[in-house]
Amino acid sequence: MIATKTIPDFSIPVHVDQVGIEERASRFTKRSIKNETKINGLLLALNMIDLTTLEGKDTAGKVKQLCYKAQHLHDSYPGLPTVAAICVYPSMVKTAKLALGDSGIKVASVATAFPSGQAPRDVKIRDTKFAVQNGADEVDMVISRGKFLEGEYNFVFDEIATIKEACGDARLKVILETGELVTYDKVRKASDIAMYAGADFIKTSTGKISPAATMPVTLVMLEAIRDFYYKTGKKIAMKPAGGISKAKLALHYLVMLNEVLGEDWMTNEWFRFGASSLANDILMQLMKQKTGVYQSANYFSID
Amino acid sequence: MLEGRKAQFVDELMKQDSTKAQAEKEVNLCIERFIYYSGWCDKFQQLYSSVNPVASSHFNFSVPEPTGVVAAIAPQQDALLGLVSVIAPIIAGGNTCIVLASSTKPLCAVTFAEVLNSSDLPGGVVNILTGKVAELVPYFADHMDVNATVFCESDSAIQKMIKEKSALNVKRVVLYDKIKWADATGQSPYFIMDFQEIKTTWHPIENIGGAKAGY
Repeated sequence: MIATKTIPDFSIPVHVDQVGIEERASRFTKRSIKNETKINGLLLALNMIDLTTLEGKDTAGKVKQLCYKAQHLHDSYPGLPTVAAICVYPSMVKTAKLALGDSGIKVASVATAFPSGQAPRDVKIRDTKFAVQNGADEVDMVISRGKFLEGEYNFVFDEIATIKEACGDARLKVILETGELVTYDKVRKASDIAMYAGADFIKTSTGKISPAATMPVTLVMLEAIRDFYYKTGKKIAMKPAGGISKAKLALHYLVMLNEVLGEDWMTNEWFRFGASSLANDILMQLMKQKTGVYQSANYFSID
Repeated sequence: MLEGRKAQFVDELMKQDSTKAQAEKEVNLCIERFIYYSGWCDKFQQLYSSVNPVASSHFNFSVPEPTGVVAAIAPQQDALLGLVSVIAPIIAGGNTCIVLASSTKPLCAVTFAEVLNSSDLPGGVVNILTGKVAELVPYFADHMDVNATVFCESDSAIQKMIKEKSALNVKRVVLYDKIKWADATGQSPYFIMDFQEIKTTWHPIENIGGAKAGY
């Protein structure tokens, strides 16, 4: 399938207008959103969350608790959607799959020596296959940032293509770790490489590096997706991750998504938030809208 | 800190309809009141704690612990003394507070915020707002993250509303409508205790009854 596409020459530099991108991104934060729309937006954002736990201290118990939370976000608010997926390490995939049962919530697993990606390719392939065999519906891989920054674009391209092959039916999210790529030019180039190499999603960050997802970086990636769609007719999904912990910011991202890619992308098939604490803030805002009373985190489940 | 800016506070109180003598007296009282409550910080626990005799092998003791976040509507008349007299016992007991300053006389409260800012009080412990009482009271009373509400006026309709809304998350409601802040009765460790909760600990110990000789 890749062979039929005309793959651009990645050695040609791409330029992103830094000032323009930042200015445009800041405009999205200034839209006025009415109450009813806000509630619908919050519900949608909730439904787009990849509830994440990626800690060295993760245990089966913690993952089970998170899976329970994914299915019972706040039972005193009837009719809430569930989150889109649970995002865990490969060793926890089996536990998560079992705990989620037939709830329809997907299991995403990070793989390829997450978060650094500093491992030989055969290890990365085994890591990916392990996750998929244990039942992961989605795989979040990291690119080799070191190789990318050295200019070894073919290495990065081949790596993504190989992992995509190892994924089988699982959807592949490619983490660019934009905080380590530094410039928008590099983010744009990495996005293009990932999409042409077969990514289903492009994702900003691991959440382990600061800065993680920012609105301008996400905008650069959304524009890359738009241009890729115009060229090839293939839709690619987007996942900003890390640093999005407030409901208001999530709404800003949705505004941006709608204005750059349009309504076709406004479902959790095509857009995700990688976050752990965002869900509770959205729930608090929803309860505020419902009861008229400002909420306290004490009355929501721990995540 | 307060002492160093005494002249400014006196000046501001005079701009808010006090005579010079009244203003000086009020500022002096404020300074004394802070000293009074700072003295209580590490002593009131001893007064109100107890070791309780129990029949089982437990060391049983009760100690006061801070309630948490206290939302206070400061007195409208005693713009500075009232503010200080409300804030001091709340923070002496280890709580944090959100205080609505007198809406007609907010000048001293704003200057007082500057004083707190340059003192060694940790950030976020005292949060002073200015604004209209009627507008803000409902939010003070029904915010789920607030653990106690203080109201210092005798407006019974607002008192009733505060009590009703506070029931939502079982806030403590403290009404100071009859306190004369300038009197000696305007300060007491019982004001600290208004924002404390008594927590009791059952600490297992070896079987004292069996050992006879005791501990």
